[in-house]
Amino acid sequence: MREIPVSEVTETVARLCVEANTDLGADVEEAFRRMKETEVSPTGKEVLDLLLKNARIAREERMPICQDTGLAVVFIDVGQDVHFTGGDLEGAIHEGVRRGYEKGYLRKSTCHPFTRKNLGDNTPAIIHTHIVPGDRVRITVEPKGGGSENMSRVVMLAPAEGVEGIKAYILQRVRESGSNPCPPIVVGVGIGGTFERAALLAKKATLRPIGTENPDPELAALEAELLEKINQIGIGPGGLGGKTTALAVHIEMMPCHIASLPLAVNIQCHAGRHKEAVL
Amino acid sequence: MSREIRLQTPLTDEAVTPLRAGDRVLLNGTVYTARDAAHKRLIALMDDNQPLPFDLKGAVIYYVGPAPAPPGKPIGSAGPTTSYRMDPFAPRLIAAGLKGMIGKGNRSSEVIEAIRRYKAVYFGAIGGTGALIAKSIVSSEIIAYEDLGPEAIRRIEVRDLPLFVINDTVGGDLYQEGMKRYAQAP
Ligand code: SF4
Repeated sequence: MREIPVSEVTETVARLCVEANTDLGADVEEAFRRMKETEVSPTGKEVLDLLLKNARIAREERMPICQDTGLAVVFIDVGQDVHFTGGDLEGAIHEGVRRGYEKGYLRKSTCHPFTRKNLGDNTPAIIHTHIVPGDRVRITVEPKGGGSENMSRVVMLAPAEGVEGIKAYILQRVRESGSNPCPPIVVGVGIGGTFERAALLAKKATLRPIGTENPDPELAALEAELLEKINQIGIGPGGLGGKTTALAVHIEMMPCHIASLPLAVNIQCHAGRHKEAVL
Repeated sequence: MSREIRLQTPLTDEAVTPLRAGDRVLLNGTVYTARDAAHKRLIALMDDNQPLPFDLKGAVIYYVGPAPAPPGKPIGSAGPTTSYRMDPFAPRLIAAGLKGMIGKGNRSSEVIEAIRRYKAVYFGAIGGTGALIAKSIVSSEIIAYEDLGPEAIRRIEVRDLPLFVINDTVGGDLYQEGMKRYAQAP
């Protein structure tokens, strides 16, 4: 049994909120550079340059990459041999978000669904807890902006629609999203499970570093095919036209009920922000 | 290559009419910020024949909810939010004198029609470049609805704010045209 004070969780979450929002991942910047080589639209190339410049300014001046610093989505994988001390775990995570968003001059975006009154401290965090073997704790913070989240969907396809139905739905979703979710996007796809699990799989898929291959060869091929088709639609960087509509398509899949085929598409904007730490 | 044009607010018919979808604009002068909640309140004031917190004539509204200003800076990260959420309100404001809107993403056919009819313009800023855009904002002051937090109405001064003309007075639409030009699939 390993004891971890929850104050350590609070500090870590606070730090990760600020880091994720100001320090864009190397995989995303690398993808901007790579896509610039293949982009055919001069305006598209120019926009990719602006994204690189923006990321540099954000890092140097510790300014948020985007003013929508998101709802704080927190994944926490807790080793089953860990005992948290000094308070409750979820409360510690919310406190970390509260502090990180205050100290980092990040925008607070949580509000009451009806009155739209801003809650002022960006809590509650959206927490996904997972119990795993061992005595470590892995925390990932993924600030998720509203523009791209609004373009995301869960749909229960008929099993007979099969993989062709899945492809058609994803392509249609990207097409309809147009310039709204700040392209170039990462398309997170969750296939299978139940209604809510498909959505979680899709969100987790957005965390996979860009440029890494899906370990399942069938899914890797499907990802490559979808990426190619998406980048023929023409939306382009910033939606101003071009080849680079998506940087990647990431798929997570699991078995589902014989009667259903759940599919979730979670659109991630080019501000693909996430940072993790292990305690 | 598209043209680059320097504009000064407030905007006039003469300034707006020659603009074409795809033109690049460097905007200077006073701009007002407002998002969904502020728009709702502006429309409610108009319904009651009450004065608005700023003069709409020739005005430019930027759809943005900036991040808090860090010490020593006039404003935090300040990129555009998605414009379609303001579509139900925009035609009324355009009819009342609003000349320019800055945001990201497609507008409704009603907004596009109002832009043509009343000679206005919809500018696109590149979404998600809030740190870069903040460099073009030299001052910022809340003038109404402080209770809305990031959604309060601010008067900001901009210097060479880089924008693209998306919708112009002759029905041009850069999002549609750009996508068509580079579409390879049917
Ligand atoms: S979609 Fe992403 S990049 Fe665009 S405004 Fe929202 S958080 Fe920022």
